[in-house]
Amino acid sequence: MNELLLLIGYSAPVGLAAVGETVSQKSGVINIGLEGAMLCSAFVSMLVCHATGNAALGVAAGMLTGCAISLVFGVFTVILGGDQVVVGTAINLFSLGLTGTLFRSIFGQSGQLISVSKIPNWHGLDPLLAFLLVSLPLVTWLLTRTKWGLAVRSAGEYPKATVAAGYSVLGLRLEALTLGGVFAGLAGTYLSLGITGTFAENMTAGRGFVAIAMVTFGRWKPSLAFASALLIGFAESLQFRFQSYGWKVPYQLMIALPYVIALLVLVIVGKGAASPQALGQPYRREN
Amino acid sequence: MRPETLRRFGKGCISALVSSGILFAALIVTLLAFGLPIVPSLHLIVDGAFGDRFGMSRTAVKMTPLLCTGLAMIVAWRAGIYNIGGEGQFIVGGIVGAWTASFLPHDLQGIPATLSLVLILVACVAGGSAWAWFAGWLYVRRGVAVVISTILLNFIAVQILGWAVSGPLQEAKHQVPLTEQLPDALMLPKFNRQMDLHAGVIIALLLAVLVYVFLFLTKSGYRLRLIGDSPNVARANRMHVPREQLKAMVLSGALCGLAGGIEFTGMTGQLGLGFSQQWGFLGIPVALLAGLHPLAAIPSALYFGALFAGSENLARFTEAGTTIVYVIQAVAVLAFVGTRSIASRRDAGRVEDDSPTETLVGATAGGTS
Repeated sequence: MNELLLLIGYSAPVGLAAVGETVSQKSGVINIGLEGAMLCSAFVSMLVCHATGNAALGVAAGMLTGCAISLVFGVFTVILGGDQVVVGTAINLFSLGLTGTLFRSIFGQSGQLISVSKIPNWHGLDPLLAFLLVSLPLVTWLLTRTKWGLAVRSAGEYPKATVAAGYSVLGLRLEALTLGGVFAGLAGTYLSLGITGTFAENMTAGRGFVAIAMVTFGRWKPSLAFASALLIGFAESLQFRFQSYGWKVPYQLMIALPYVIALLVLVIVGKGAASPQALGQPYRREN
Repeated sequence: MRPETLRRFGKGCISALVSSGILFAALIVTLLAFGLPIVPSLHLIVDGAFGDRFGMSRTAVKMTPLLCTGLAMIVAWRAGIYNIGGEGQFIVGGIVGAWTASFLPHDLQGIPATLSLVLILVACVAGGSAWAWFAGWLYVRRGVAVVISTILLNFIAVQILGWAVSGPLQEAKHQVPLTEQLPDALMLPKFNRQMDLHAGVIIALLLAVLVYVFLFLTKSGYRLRLIGDSPNVARANRMHVPREQLKAMVLSGALCGLAGGIEFTGMTGQLGLGFSQQWGFLGIPVALLAGLHPLAAIPSALYFGALFAGSENLARFTEAGTTIVYVIQAVAVLAFVGTRSIASRRDAGRVEDDSPTETLVGATAGGTS
């Protein structure tokens, strides 16, 4: 049981981000800037926690940062209609540069190891993990059983129909991005305040991209996306186990395995019906 | 000159001026935002990038991979394919190059050494294009978004690199995760022993001209651009859109692979875990700020190369490091997206300039549909 919680905790950053990204992608937006949103949240939550000594304030700040960065992405892609890959890449670079520069200018050139108080936990279960586990059925319910969820899904499938039904595609996509931003913020926060209790330059190290990939692997279902994140975490944890057994399996290949599987799934099923049909396409109102 | 040509020339000049203005503004805004004194900081940056021959050598060496990956993005994005797998293609190019190098006898002199070098570079090109081909194949055959597949392939490439440098390709003593250092004879020639400057710079500049000639003066390049600009017109003219897109993707991967090869044989001489310093991703801003024009990519790459070299100097005297360049790039790209979008709103209905930059950075949906 404890081992399972450990695994969940280890996979939580990717898991949280993947659940949020599922919502964004259902509305038709691939948030390529997810990595940047996570990195900024990790930094800000650490900063706030360092300044106030209060982990709860840190979590709140991280969550807000995730929302803010995702909304910046939304303004440029959804409202201004910029390309999602272009804007996302810019946001990732921006976050990498911003957090790196600020970290060094606040904590010194060497970037010495600072440690802040971590999120308190009870037998390995902390509030963010609990939130993640509760959010799985909630987000699934929200997407599949509510009016809002239906509208969001229609915005990702066939935006013209969304408009005909009296909804605003731009509004729905921004809302979905904001919700995704909450999860991205918590994902980043969990990395700095939940797992490590510190910050390091580029500490997300591609986890945002992993989350995007896991959404595809999870066929755009929150629970499956989370399960895929667990699979990644499990594959990564195998390296330590193999080392302790003295087996000589190159662990890098183990880590690559989930990505290879995800690719194979794509090779076999292709884009398939599971993918939102309007994914990645900007929507422009017809005047 | 015909008035049409003149008008185009004028338009090009204006957009170049606007671009330079935005780039400079992005630099100033970023320096201001981090509370750095403007004039001394600019002085440090310019000094570090162009102050002496060492500075210029640093600038040129940083420019080289940026230009190559930038050109790679231009080729793919012109065809309407959003290749963000430059990082993976760069890495795989390097790995295949290092793998090939491990088979070659090292004590050869003269012409055979040059031949070996060429062989290594060809291997890099093959590696990069194969990696890109797979993503392209997934797209045209299975309808898998290139964005998703290239992200996955980037990760696999990074893990293969990690495995290769601590396993099959590791240096003979098996102590550090690095490949064997390439002997000098197999490295790209250097102009001066004290400086990093290597012949790769010339290759990169030649590539820019070659890509320009290909895109704008050959039939094949014309087809590629047409497919990116208006796939429906291309289809109506009985062009095989998937085949052309696959071709663009392979070319793009070849350029990234070559970029990896040049970095390997020109700069590092060995592969480590940090082989690619985000060069694959950084090619995207370089390409965009060049308006997806191969010749404009030269000043674009030069600007960012100089910024990298200059900010290394800045880092020596202030708290800011090279990471500040990422912020400047990002601010510039976002500023471009913003201004293009506003401009295209103003011109809505006046369909005149349908270059793919409008489609990409601007606000039309045609490119992705």
